[in-house]
Amino acid sequence: MVTGKRLRNWLRTAGFYALVIAVMLPTVFVFYWMITLSLKPQVEAAGYPPSFFRFSVTFKGYQEVFAKHPFLLYTWNSLVVAVGCTVLGLAVGLPAAYSIAHWRQRGLALTMLVARIIPGISYLIPWYILFRNLRMVDTYQALILTHLVVGLPIIIWVMIGFFEDIPPELKDAALIDGCSHYGAFWRVAVPLVKPGIVATSILSFIFSWNNFLFSVILAGRNTRTLPIAVFNMIGYEEINWGPLAAAATMITLPVIILTLIVQRHIVTGLTFGAVKG
Amino acid sequence: MPNSTDAVRLSAPEPALGVGVRLSRFAHRNARFLFPAPAAITVALIIIYPVLYTGWMSLQEWFASSLTLPKFIALANYQQILTGDPRFREAFFRTLYFTFLAVSVEVFVMMYHPTLGVMNYLVSLTGLAPFKWTYSSRTALYALALVDVWEWTPLIMLIALAGLAALPREPYESALIDGATGLQSFWYITLPLLRPTIIVAILFRAIDALKTFDIIFVMTQGGPSNSSETINILLFNQAFSYFNMGYASSMAVALFAIVMGASLILMKVRRVGW
Repeated sequence: MVTGKRLRNWLRTAGFYALVIAVMLPTVFVFYWMITLSLKPQVEAAGYPPSFFRFSVTFKGYQEVFAKHPFLLYTWNSLVVAVGCTVLGLAVGLPAAYSIAHWRQRGLALTMLVARIIPGISYLIPWYILFRNLRMVDTYQALILTHLVVGLPIIIWVMIGFFEDIPPELKDAALIDGCSHYGAFWRVAVPLVKPGIVATSILSFIFSWNNFLFSVILAGRNTRTLPIAVFNMIGYEEINWGPLAAAATMITLPVIILTLIVQRHIVTGLTFGAVKG
Repeated sequence: MPNSTDAVRLSAPEPALGVGVRLSRFAHRNARFLFPAPAAITVALIIIYPVLYTGWMSLQEWFASSLTLPKFIALANYQQILTGDPRFREAFFRTLYFTFLAVSVEVFVMMYHPTLGVMNYLVSLTGLAPFKWTYSSRTALYALALVDVWEWTPLIMLIALAGLAALPREPYESALIDGATGLQSFWYITLPLLRPTIIVAILFRAIDALKTFDIIFVMTQGGPSNSSETINILLFNQAFSYFNMGYASSMAVALFAIVMGASLILMKVRRVGW
């Protein structure tokens, strides 16, 4: 019964891929819809029934985004804030993660976990009052500092895992050979966890890039980031789908690219080492 | 382990040393405090200080838009929340309900314009009448929950995947030898072993769903007629539309308590088993 067995195998494979497609479809469809919407002329974008596959392609939406809005400025703002948040987060978070892993400082690690749990909006009122009094609303500094609340816990928690995986003999050897803790950290530990640093940098970058809640209050005319800019493109009466979808596509693109680069580490990052128990 | 190496270095006789050397010795000896110091200061500044400040503000009456100074009113804000504000009570139950929906509902897609949206086209293909999605006060919350589910299902899948990858092989082999079917080994081996992972996934989802802000704020801003106004949105409007900072702060503390309470309950469940 060779054919029967082969048929069963074939059916099993087909069933598996059908299941994969069924699970992926809702997720992928939204992105497909967004991208096609950005390429449609307004009439077709608002047409009913909607056209899924056949439509005329235009880049007017993209042109309009750049013509009507200072989109490059918003992109620059988002970049400055996300990079600033990541660099500062690494500078502060790496030594802390090393120290938590090396000296088993559970308290600090737990504090960072609580920071993940506290609703972001509870920070927002004091920050707003503080930064308003310091005349720092609408500055990069305020945005970078506040985005650290999202970035720093990720950096620290993911890096703890990486630092713990370093064989203790390596550090001990460095210390016995007369290296200070700073030398052991900088010359031994950090080079070993470089892949982790890349992964956490990208995660922290993405989280800052996507942040909406903090930026909507603390960013102003000069520092408005991309998510807020797109939000402001949603008018009250009429929604101009083409440019909106074009802007959304351009915002999403870097995130998708970065995610594909570090997809292996992204589970660790997003789940915060919780699966480890 | 590092302590022993510290001890070795310190026990060496120390002749008179320069300031620089002594400083670096000091730094080396106290590395365990100096390493995490920048992070601790940052956390104190951007996390602990705001939390304490919110707690203090929640005991005051203060409108940031007016020139009057904050007035200390002790627990009156909380009294208002608990007894005198039906809107908060509604928002409270809505938040819980939203969380329940978001955690339990299956995946779907969105695009909710009542006449133009792609969703309604898909719905009409199945023969049902078009919904108004976020444009009706009856369905808005469900529509938003769908979006939330769509956004976060992949994360749940990733967590489950990580948990599955860590399962041991032996139970499956012995089950196979004992003649268990695939469904049986899933039910009696995979699910029980995966329980901690599932709890973690629920915990993460519940915490995030309780805090959902972006989706609701962008799509409905709590409307139509407050029908999708969760605590987060109500709080945000109190603080940044009405500038009622004291009252909003007390809501923030209440929300924090709810989220914290939910996490503690779930963590307890995780330890006890279900």
